[in-house]
Amino acid sequence: MPVVALKPGYADAVEIRDKKENFHGNQVVYLHWEEHLSFCAATAFPLPPDMPFGALVEQLIPQYYGMHPDFGLIDWECVEWKIDGQQSTPDMGRSLAENGVDHKTLICFRTPGLNGFKGSCS
Amino acid sequence: MAGIVSITLQNNDEARPVIESILHDNPSANANYMPGAVKIDCPERLVVKAESVSARIGRDWDPQEIHLTIVSMGGSLDEDDEELVLSWGA
Amino acid sequence: MTPPRKKKLNLKKRYELMTRGLDWETSYQKMDDVFPYDTFEGIKITDWSKWEDPFRLTMDAYWKYQGEKERKLYAVLDSFAQNNGQLGISDARYVNAIKLFLTGVTPLEYQAHRHFAHLGRHIRGVGPRVAAQMQSLDELRHAQTQIHTISHYNKYFDGFAEFPHMHDRVWYLSVPKSFFDDACSAGPFEFFTAISFAFEYVLTNLLFVPFMSGAAYNGDLATVTFGFSAQSDEARHMTLGIEVIKFMLEQHPDNLPIVQQWVDKWFWRGHKMLGLVAMMMDYMLPKRIMSWKEAWEIYFTEAGGALFEDLSRYGLRVPKYADIATDEAEHISHQNWSIFYQYTQAAGFHTWLPSDEEMAWLSEKYPNTFDKYYRPRFEMWREMEARGERFYNNALPQLCQTCQIPMGYTEPGDPTRIGFRSTEYAGERYHFCSDGCKDIFENEPEKFSQAWLPVHQIFQGNCGGAELSDVLEWYHMKNGTDNMDYTGSPDQKQWDAWQSVRKRVAG
Repeated sequence: MPVVALKPGYADAVEIRDKKENFHGNQVVYLHWEEHLSFCAATAFPLPPDMPFGALVEQLIPQYYGMHPDFGLIDWECVEWKIDGQQSTPDMGRSLAENGVDHKTLICFRTPGLNGFKGSCS
Repeated sequence: MAGIVSITLQNNDEARPVIESILHDNPSANANYMPGAVKIDCPERLVVKAESVSARIGRDWDPQEIHLTIVSMGGSLDEDDEELVLSWGA
Repeated sequence: MTPPRKKKLNLKKRYELMTRGLDWETSYQKMDDVFPYDTFEGIKITDWSKWEDPFRLTMDAYWKYQGEKERKLYAVLDSFAQNNGQLGISDARYVNAIKLFLTGVTPLEYQAHRHFAHLGRHIRGVGPRVAAQMQSLDELRHAQTQIHTISHYNKYFDGFAEFPHMHDRVWYLSVPKSFFDDACSAGPFEFFTAISFAFEYVLTNLLFVPFMSGAAYNGDLATVTFGFSAQSDEARHMTLGIEVIKFMLEQHPDNLPIVQQWVDKWFWRGHKMLGLVAMMMDYMLPKRIMSWKEAWEIYFTEAGGALFEDLSRYGLRVPKYADIATDEAEHISHQNWSIFYQYTQAAGFHTWLPSDEEMAWLSEKYPNTFDKYYRPRFEMWREMEARGERFYNNALPQLCQTCQIPMGYTEPGDPTRIGFRSTEYAGERYHFCSDGCKDIFENEPEKFSQAWLPVHQIFQGNCGGAELSDVLEWYHMKNGTDNMDYTGSPDQKQWDAWQSVRKRVAG
């Protein structure tokens, strides 16, 4: 649908605000732990595309999700990953980019058997 | 539910004769009191008559004085010198 | 005996003379050059003279009644200040609802003042032009009365001092700000549909009526007074809203699809923004008058139902996703309070967990959802607090590109899963909290791809730095004073000191 604007040429003058190049070499990556909605929303991080996927599991996720009572019970071998909605088995040694993680990608992880405080998905 | 019109007025001394007039002139009207305000609902049509309010306050009441105490309304409004009417389909 | 009512110039005649009678058709300049903004949206108006203001309020009467309202209002505000009215409120926690209300809404009143002034100049039809001029003055008055209230509370409580600065910067205040920026950067007919119809007519009752009644119940005379005084203008604003809609639909059949899309958009945007009010009503008022769900039933389901049934004769239907919004009335206040509880470190007001008594009230009001989905969350957090491990979310949240709220809303029909929506535009990916927000983006991607999302702005280095303390400083939020839990706050210490003095005096 064409834009409804007072000024001719408005659509061509649009400056997209959150382009990847505005993030100083990083890309925005979103993380979400399914069935643990005490974390109210997915979390956002500016991350270098060449960061290994394993660093998410070893550093970032424990730092930001570690306080949940379920966290210590996670069996990382069984965790199910989704990258932009697609089931995925990330290679922990390879980079985010090599695992298909792009600017504004959403990474969801599910921990079978663990579904929040007293099973409430919180 | 459909077709209910409503007017909400402050529940204060100035609005009280208006509230009384509405309840008197609209027998199907129903007043819901809440802290500070009263919401009056009525099926189809609700009228505020200047004559009724004037009789209660002992002076000429201009329907535009409603602006001093009205809080909210539901319905289409029509106002002239004698009355203020809320209805649907107008 | 009542004396017979005086005869004077008939109201309809007077309105005729003092609005239309003062207008003229320009001859030295083309009307299209004098009024350059009221055609580009595609709304077709064939006869502006068909417009009528049902209140038939003329400027002279307007001054008279507004003057009287102002005299009364300032007498009450002054007396509240003189008599230390802040001591009479139900509990100091209550003030946090007012902090959010005043920092969120007052700048919007000012924006509304400015934009109605613009319409008061630029609308071709004299009827709506005069109505917009009056509303512009009303909105300025509302901003002023609210700032007077801020001025009083600011002497005794934290979080008010930097309200205009905060409005342009703070992450959650970007929700109301972007809402209004969206409306003000639209054409005049969309602005009328957004603000006068969708907001003032359909949704504002939810903001003002139960909330102001709540203020009355909690002993906040200042807020009740500015609230009801502002609200007395609101009936006129609502009338402008409904008349604009009817006028556009009566003037030309081609207007219907344009108006319908605006109604859908602004209903949804308003619903999301009012989720903040939902949280105030259900969680922040120490004494509650009704739940958000009850307010939604009265003011949207019932009143909105009658309204849209009436408008169906023009072919206008109930806003898209109204059913989903109604379903969300069971969840939105709990989800929003959860957001603020875990981001208390970045909020300009205090938070707390609901007490046992408050949770019992929430269970009673929300039998379908509270005990199952939200009570366990608060109980977990309470246990963590008791262990000295109060739950903070130390990462920044993903925000919705349209409403700018953290994407904390669940799938319609499944409160255990977050709803994620996304789309691509010009090679970039965008995320949304709901189908409603996604549709809005897809209708105007040029506009919303420019959104200033607070989280992304922090990452781009535009908000004072990368650390929380840098960002708070850039917000002008005092760490340890304006933010964090109510328990342990300077507000609480002050309030407790006042209460203990009162107890001593009472013996």
